[in-house]
Amino acid sequence: MSVLKTTDLTKKFGKFTALNGVNIEVNKGEVFGFIGPNGAGKSTTIRVLLGILKATDGEAKIFGKDAWEDAVEIHKRIAYVPGDVNLWPNLTGGEVIDLFVELRGTNNKSRREELIKKFDLDPSKKCGTYSKGNRQKVALIAAFSSDADLYILDEPTSGLDPLMERVFQECVMNAKNEGKSILLSSHILSEVERLCDKVGIIRQGQIIETGTLDELRHLTRTSLLVETKQPIPALGNVNGIRDIVMKDQALSFQVDTDELDNVMKYISQFGIVKLESAPPTLEDLFMSHYEGERKTSDSGAGGAL
Amino acid sequence: MANQSYHNTGRLSRFIVRQDRIRIPVWIISLSVLTFMVAMAFTDLYPTGLERQTIAETMKNPAMTAMVGKGYGLDDYTNGAMMAHQMLLLTAMAVGIMSILLVIRHTRADEEDGRIEMIRSLPAGRLANLYATISVSFGTNALIAIIMGFGLYALRIESMDLEGSLMYGAALGATGIFFSAITALFAQLTESARGTIGYSITVLLLSYLIRAIGDVSNETLSWFSPLGWVLSSEVYVNNYWWPIILTIGAAIILVALSLYLNAIRDLEAGFIPAKPGRKYASSFLKSPLGLALRLQRTGLIAWAAGMFILGASYGSVLGDLESFFTKNEMMAELLTPVEGYSLTEQFLTMLMSVIAMICTIPPLMAMLKLKGEEKKNHTEHLLSRAVSRTRLMGSYLIISVIGGFLMLALADIGLWAVGNSVMDEGVAFGTIFSAAMVYLPAMWIMIGIAVLFTGFAPKLSGLTWLYLTYSILVVYLGGMLQFPEWMAKLTPFGHIPKIPVDDMDFMKVFMLTILAILLLAAGFLGYNKRDIRG
Repeated sequence: MSVLKTTDLTKKFGKFTALNGVNIEVNKGEVFGFIGPNGAGKSTTIRVLLGILKATDGEAKIFGKDAWEDAVEIHKRIAYVPGDVNLWPNLTGGEVIDLFVELRGTNNKSRREELIKKFDLDPSKKCGTYSKGNRQKVALIAAFSSDADLYILDEPTSGLDPLMERVFQECVMNAKNEGKSILLSSHILSEVERLCDKVGIIRQGQIIETGTLDELRHLTRTSLLVETKQPIPALGNVNGIRDIVMKDQALSFQVDTDELDNVMKYISQFGIVKLESAPPTLEDLFMSHYEGERKTSDSGAGGAL
Repeated sequence: MANQSYHNTGRLSRFIVRQDRIRIPVWIISLSVLTFMVAMAFTDLYPTGLERQTIAETMKNPAMTAMVGKGYGLDDYTNGAMMAHQMLLLTAMAVGIMSILLVIRHTRADEEDGRIEMIRSLPAGRLANLYATISVSFGTNALIAIIMGFGLYALRIESMDLEGSLMYGAALGATGIFFSAITALFAQLTESARGTIGYSITVLLLSYLIRAIGDVSNETLSWFSPLGWVLSSEVYVNNYWWPIILTIGAAIILVALSLYLNAIRDLEAGFIPAKPGRKYASSFLKSPLGLALRLQRTGLIAWAAGMFILGASYGSVLGDLESFFTKNEMMAELLTPVEGYSLTEQFLTMLMSVIAMICTIPPLMAMLKLKGEEKKNHTEHLLSRAVSRTRLMGSYLIISVIGGFLMLALADIGLWAVGNSVMDEGVAFGTIFSAAMVYLPAMWIMIGIAVLFTGFAPKLSGLTWLYLTYSILVVYLGGMLQFPEWMAKLTPFGHIPKIPVDDMDFMKVFMLTILAILLLAAGFLGYNKRDIRG
């Protein structure tokens, strides 16, 4: 069941096209990782979803309702954590949490105390004295102590220390286990890899890749490290092999996933002593898109990828 | 090694001067230009001793004494005596505020933001930053003293001699030096810049208040206020130097104390423990309206007190108005007598339009706060929750409209209460009240314009202030400078019937109200349709 769905979402600021036909879909009980470089359109997408920005074209629906028209109805069931949490310097953290929880309509005091303890926040201090990480904690506690159906988190961990990042990941997993949906925009790819069922990569206002991590991995290469009894001749001429590097006795290289079978048949002729294979990390995926973009823009050859 | 504590003080002082190379000159220039202009204006307005003596009579009432201090030399009210009586205290307050802000910026504020930590990690002495800040602030105040002193003397106004002028400057400088020292002390005692500013401004206001009460009722009480010391130098009349020396002496003791406290405390620590804030929000806070009110609470209370004082101070001159106007040509030009109404009543109508326009400032600030909140990315927290844009904007509108009414009512009550106590025949409260309240539709139109800008073009909302400034200039000076009639009609305040001299014009007031409602409706529509920045 689709909880959040955008169809050809387009947003223009004057002549600048911030979003150019964005299609994403988040289903019930799903954690959707939203990744992309700075300025790619992640926060703009999220703000359109929140009904703070009005889409120029296309559709953004949450719970089957229009994100702009029914903003208030939708917001009763979602929780949002902005990337850059700016709070009122003369209110305390505790006051802000209470205000935020109250404005959503539900209150869950027991969870509030538990989360304050878990995130190790002093709620009696004024927000003006908080560090970036502490301000983020305030927003996270307010978000997770509300009983929402959809969590929209825009780079929520950029100021947290590794311990707190773990607490955050627990919160996300708990929410997921309760059947909630989460849209997580993040820069920390290891975090996305650990938490997300599905990933969408956005670049210059367009989704360039979307699917489960497994699906995405199929599209790319596997890293191999091979040591053989006899040297492998003419490896560079085999289809689908790149980036060959000699490492002591072994060779490390990348194989296009659809050529993996042929490559294995070829190298097994030379007597395999040692074989290590690793799936591409999300970082590899991300970098391959990102570097592809830089190369094409360098050569001016146009956006084919 | 004691002198190690001050290592690099000179360099840090130059660094502070470099950071404030615009701010300090702006303060000095605006304060001295204002002072010189007022001194010249006084001589133009009241060229003869007779006219000055009339003013002296209007000054002889408790409200004036409380506001500007005790008059010295009221029997021979020379230009100098008048200047020192009417201007010295308020200018001294301004110098005090300047010094407080200057010292905070380079002590506790820098420390709180971690900049002192960086300076301390360099080869700078432990006390160097505080010492440098105090030196710069003392230097700035010394400069003010010298510029004011010689500047006033250079105006060549009769009765403003060299010694008196130098003393006028010294009185201002001493006040600044004293409040620099007070702030330096609180910067050691409290843990936050907010705390420092709060305590220092409180001391300044208390000094004013204690002196006001003391001057009116009990002279000894005034000696508990540093502002009382400064005034007791009786500038231009008796020129006592010792109160100035006393003030500076007290400042030096405070500086020594703050240097000592700075030396024994840890970086970023204080002596007054920061009291923990509330862990839970009160039920009052938990709504957009409660939040908006909480954010503006202090400002609104301050404005309310200010408006009451404004009304009271206008009220205090009502008593001697008739004699004042008949004896002063310039003032008489402001008012052309209308058959059947006393000069006081006519003057009231002019007062009311000015009061109404000044009372429009706080409601406009309250309304435009919404735009400020958006700029700070605060509104997204509310709009991303179950709060509609109409409800959010409505919360600010409610505060603005009710606030505007309260401001006008308070100014009005102040005017009536003090006015009636000094007049032989008082004016009925009902008359004054309706004369003020009839301006509400004009105020609503101004609020409507602010809402319209917030709804469609928040970046242009500053134009609202320009429009209000225009209104004040046209209505206030229009009569004196003989502006054409249509210029006054360009502002809503020019359309309001001047009660009690004019008759009530219900049609006009009704139309203005409709216009205000239209502006508001359009603004809400725009706000519901546009992108929110944050």
